[in-house]
Parts: sequence; C-alpha cells; structure tokens
Amino acid sequence: MDRARRQLCARLACGFGALLTGAAIDAQGVKEVATKERIIAIEARKFVYTPNEIILKKDEPVLLAFTAVDFIHGFFIPDMKIRADLKPGQVTEVRLTPGKAGEYAFLCDNFCGSGHEEMNGKIIVTE
Amino acid sequence: MMDRRSFMKLTALGGGAVFISGLYGHAQAAAAGKAAAPYEDFYFVQLSDVHWGFSGAANPDALNTFRKTVATVNALEVQPDFIIFTGDLTHTTDDPKERRQRMAEFKDIAAGLQVKTVRFIPGEHDASLDNGAAFKENFGPSNYTFEHKGVHFIALDNVSDPGARIGDSQLEWLKNDLDKQAKDARIVVFTHRPLFDLVPKWDWATRDGDKAIALLMPYSNVNVFYGHIHQEHHHMTGQISHHAAKSLIFPLPAPGSQEKRTPLPWDPATPNKGLGFREVEAESGNQEYKLTEFPVTRT
Repeated sequence: MDRARRQLCARLACGFGALLTGAAIDAQGVKEVATKERIIAIEARKFVYTPNEIILKKDEPVLLAFTAVDFIHGFFIPDMKIRADLKPGQVTEVRLTPGKAGEYAFLCDNFCGSGHEEMNGKIIVTE
Repeated sequence: MMDRRSFMKLTALGGGAVFISGLYGHAQAAAAGKAAAPYEDFYFVQLSDVHWGFSGAANPDALNTFRKTVATVNALEVQPDFIIFTGDLTHTTDDPKERRQRMAEFKDIAAGLQVKTVRFIPGEHDASLDNGAAFKENFGPSNYTFEHKGVHFIALDNVSDPGARIGDSQLEWLKNDLDKQAKDARIVVFTHRPLFDLVPKWDWATRDGDKAIALLMPYSNVNVFYGHIHQEHHHMTGQISHHAAKSLIFPLPAPGSQEKRTPLPWDPATPNKGLGFREVEAESGNQEYKLTEFPVTRT
C-alpha cells in the first residue's frame, strides 16, 4: 500500500472520514456552507478517475479525497471553476457544496499521455 | 514570374472556403486616422496537428496523410514564403526514445517540402511529457519571434507546461517584445492551444491565456493562428482574431457539440474528409489576411 493510500485509509479509519465540518469552496454554483460533509474517495490513474461518475444532492457538502497513483493529474470542473493538482503520494482534498442541480463535467487538465483526452467524468447533482 | 496576387486573380481559389481576417483591425486603424504602411505581398501556409505516429480507426491512412499533404503543398502553383506547423507534429508516447524516433520520421517527411523556410511550434503531444526537451532538440526554441515583409510574428509555447500554461517567464518575454512594437504594428501570433476559453471541459483552452490576450489587446492589428481543435474555427476577442486550422490526422467535433471530444469517424467513402491545410495571404495595400482552406489532396 503506498503512502497516499495509507493516509487516506488512516483518515477514514479514525473517524475523520465519517463526517466533517468545513467551509465549502465559494465558486459559481457552489454555496459556502459550514456543515457536515460526506467523503468520496477518488483514484486518479492514467487515464481514468475511479469513480468517474459522482452523484451528489443539491446543497450537500462533500469532500472529494483524491489519490493520484502515477502522475500529477489535474482535476477541473469548468462550470464550478474548481481545479486542483493531484500529486502522487498524498491525498488531495477538494471541498464543494453544489448549489444547483445538473450535470457538471470534470476532466484531467494536466496532459498525462496518450489517453489524456479520455480522462474525464461528471458530477450529477440531484434535487 | 507570376506573383501571388496575379495568380489568385487567374484562378478560382481552387482550395475552398475563403475567410477574410483583420477587418476589425483595419476599421479601427481607419477610425483612428492612421494610415498603416502596406504589406508587401506574400503568403504562408499553416499546417497543423500531423500527429505522426498515430495509429487507429480514426485514420486508417495515417501513414500516408502527411506525405500526401506535402505533395499537395509542393504542387501549389506559387510556393509560399514560408510554412508554419502549429503543433502536435507527433502523437504522444511515454517512451522518450520513441518520441524522438517519431520526430525524426516527421522531419524526414517535412524535408520533402520544396519551401525550405519551415518553422515549428510544439503541441502538447510533442512537449507536455518532457517539458519540451525532445522538441527543442529537434526543432529549436519553442517560442521565438521573427520579421517577415513588415509583419511581426510571435511563436508562443502553451504546451511545454503539461498544465497548459504559458508561464510567467514567457509572458514577461512576450511583454518585453510587444513593448518594442508600435500599437498599429502588424502582429501575427502562432500558438497551439486556443488562447481563449473555447471549450474548457474539452481542455480547449490555455490556463493563463487571458494574460497573453491582455498583453496583446492594446495592439490594433493582431491575428492568432493556432491548432489543437482539429477543425477550422474563427473567433474574436475584442479586435484580436483567432483562427484554428484543420488537422492532418482526424477531425474533432464542433466545439461543445457533444459530451466528449472523440474523433469523428473515418468515412471510407470520403477519406481525408475534414482534414487539410491553410494558406494565409497578406496582400499589399490593405491590412486584411485572406485565408484559403485546402484539402489533403486536390483533384
């Protein structure tokens, strides 16, 4: 098990993963809310996010906990103006609280190789 | 010898669609009461997105498309002053040795062009996995300027950073170069990715492209020619025009027209459909550029 994976598992095991309180990213379509948040672990690997379809509820605060295994992948949600670099060897946390129902495409925006163009996914926000 | 303009008058622009660029800049200069010096008559050819080394159903003829294009360019009745390749000369590979092999093969084929003034800029497939190292070994600097018959050309690198940034250092270099130019100077920018946010969800953008556009905005006559999106496309940011070129490997869907930017399927009934190259003609006596699109092969 690599370091990043151990970090993530340790957090989940000690209860940090169950519920969190924090400030959400203030961005378009995203409300700033201080409340409990759900953690969703996402692996970024050439050339796929697992999972690559994430279903959230409107106004639901979530923490996306990324583990990149083979490259400094990017994570970019253009319609929410949220992005992060996902460095291998650590867990990268992205907090958000979607304020509007709909589908939001995300993608790797750090060119990572021959399948880079297919490394994407979507967040589905339900009412 | 027949010059370019005389030739154009005698033919029916055998390539295809013609697009006039620079109208806005011309109008603005006229409104300001400035009479900019005329161009010397010349034209150049833009080739883009060859993706040498690609193999797949999107182009079963991938080994021949570039060679056919070289033959078509060589058959132009009047040869261009120079040729610019706007990136993705090769298709990406994780293997540095294979990357260099593809670049060597690309250079061998490009050496068949009759025109010997050939310039190159990288695409992300050439440069993003090694920060442009192999590209620079084979083609020289990834950003540079040159003058040609009254036009100031600027080649920008927005791909050697895998995060699609021009970067502060290159932006400073751009600022210093622009500071030396008159506000009505004829400026042409070559780059691979669009400098504006065309379709960010398809990675059709430059992360700090807005900073380059801000630096260019005070200049009244700026035209940007780029690649990356594998199709002809025209866009204005203020008075700055941006023109994307077709690719020489496979076409991509219209910007934002579908969920994913998957290549358009190869049609054996119409091979090379959606592929081609472009002539850009600067005529003396006005500030407009005439863009003419050509297919891979002409009948």
